[in-house]
Amino acid sequence: MSRALGPFAAVLGRDLLLAWRGRADVLVTLAFFVVVVCLFPFGVGAEPNQLRAIAPGVLWVAALLSTLLSLHRLFAQDHADGTLEQLLLTPEPTVLWVVAKICAHWIATGLPLLIVAPGLALLFDVEQGALGVLVLSLALGTPILALLGAVGAALTLGLRGGGMLLALLVLPLFVPVLIFGAGAVDAYLSGSGAQAHLLLLGGGLLGSLALAPLACAAALRIAVE
Amino acid sequence: MLYANDLACVKGDRPLFRGLSLRVAPGDLLRVAGPNGYGKTSLLRILCGLAMPESGEIRWNDVPVNRDRESYHRSLLYLGHAPALNDLLSPLENLRFACASGGDKVDEDACIDALVRIGLAQQLDLPARVLSQGQRRRVGLARLFLEADRKLWILDEPFTALDVAAVADLTATLSEHCAAGGMVVLTTHQDAPFAKAPTVLDLAEVAC
Repeated sequence: MSRALGPFAAVLGRDLLLAWRGRADVLVTLAFFVVVVCLFPFGVGAEPNQLRAIAPGVLWVAALLSTLLSLHRLFAQDHADGTLEQLLLTPEPTVLWVVAKICAHWIATGLPLLIVAPGLALLFDVEQGALGVLVLSLALGTPILALLGAVGAALTLGLRGGGMLLALLVLPLFVPVLIFGAGAVDAYLSGSGAQAHLLLLGGGLLGSLALAPLACAAALRIAVE
Repeated sequence: MLYANDLACVKGDRPLFRGLSLRVAPGDLLRVAGPNGYGKTSLLRILCGLAMPESGEIRWNDVPVNRDRESYHRSLLYLGHAPALNDLLSPLENLRFACASGGDKVDEDACIDALVRIGLAQQLDLPARVLSQGQRRRVGLARLFLEADRKLWILDEPFTALDVAAVADLTATLSEHCAAGGMVVLTTHQDAPFAKAPTVLDLAEVAC
């Protein structure tokens, strides 16, 4: 087991270091999230009750879009410079370093969203108690987006116009996550409790953690062939 | 021992070669020759398991490689056309990652020694994007000094963009590896000064 942890840690550490060295990309994704969220009050008007009602949905759609924006970066550079070939030739299971890459990607792009989301929710006058539910739903939901998105990114690797195809491929898969993520906050606000929604998101996370890396590994093998 | 039997390769609709068999025993240095477009790189990628042959099978120590991928890849070092360097990392960071992700214990000092030996003493901490083509090539080749434990080296055009002194040092390293019971399969268009003439496999003879 400890032997398998070496490559996992190596890939995780390297990708986090790369995210730090290329932090402009990470900041652009975060700025996109903030700007998209801030555009809505201009579009729908600044009526407080209306803003309160649309806040969970707006924040979730914006999180989903900014995740989508950064997905193509997940494997593209490694594919172009030959690192992907070398990783596929390591004796350890492919799934192992695929999970490490997705983890690093989520830490660099998903985690910042969690941190700024409560502040943005306050702009929409979301009540204090619902902020915790919102962050929790994002904490469970954005890793699912990263895992499902990674499969799409691997499948469209090296294709011309891969970016648009990636969006078409993964956006429908994101729908259930969006429904239960935004639904969790709505359920809390309506008084029926967010537990059911959060449990479903948790189940979705475990399911995608078990299956998405396998699909991703298979797609990467095809992409280098 | 690496053994390939009756390999065939098809690229798109075009068959490249058919009925290719080869055997590489400890101490052997095999040079894959042939004009451009005859499938040298395709053959190397098939041998190391990155691509599937149209037909045929590859055995490592008498076990088909697709049945025991792990032990085959533990003995294999492949250096392809792309040098697997990330532009944002220094040569030292790239080399350490290449070894660590392959599951090898790496010593920072050993990595530095390898880079100094291959002539990158001044560039250890520069980002890889400022290196020249030849220097980028050398970072990948520095792994050869660290991974002598891996018996089988498959090298795709290792001499490209290297100067005369580096080519001489590299051929000496390859001969040393073979003398110690290692195996090397490589492609090159250059006449490299090997101590012992390599076995040549000419793809023009098995071309379709």
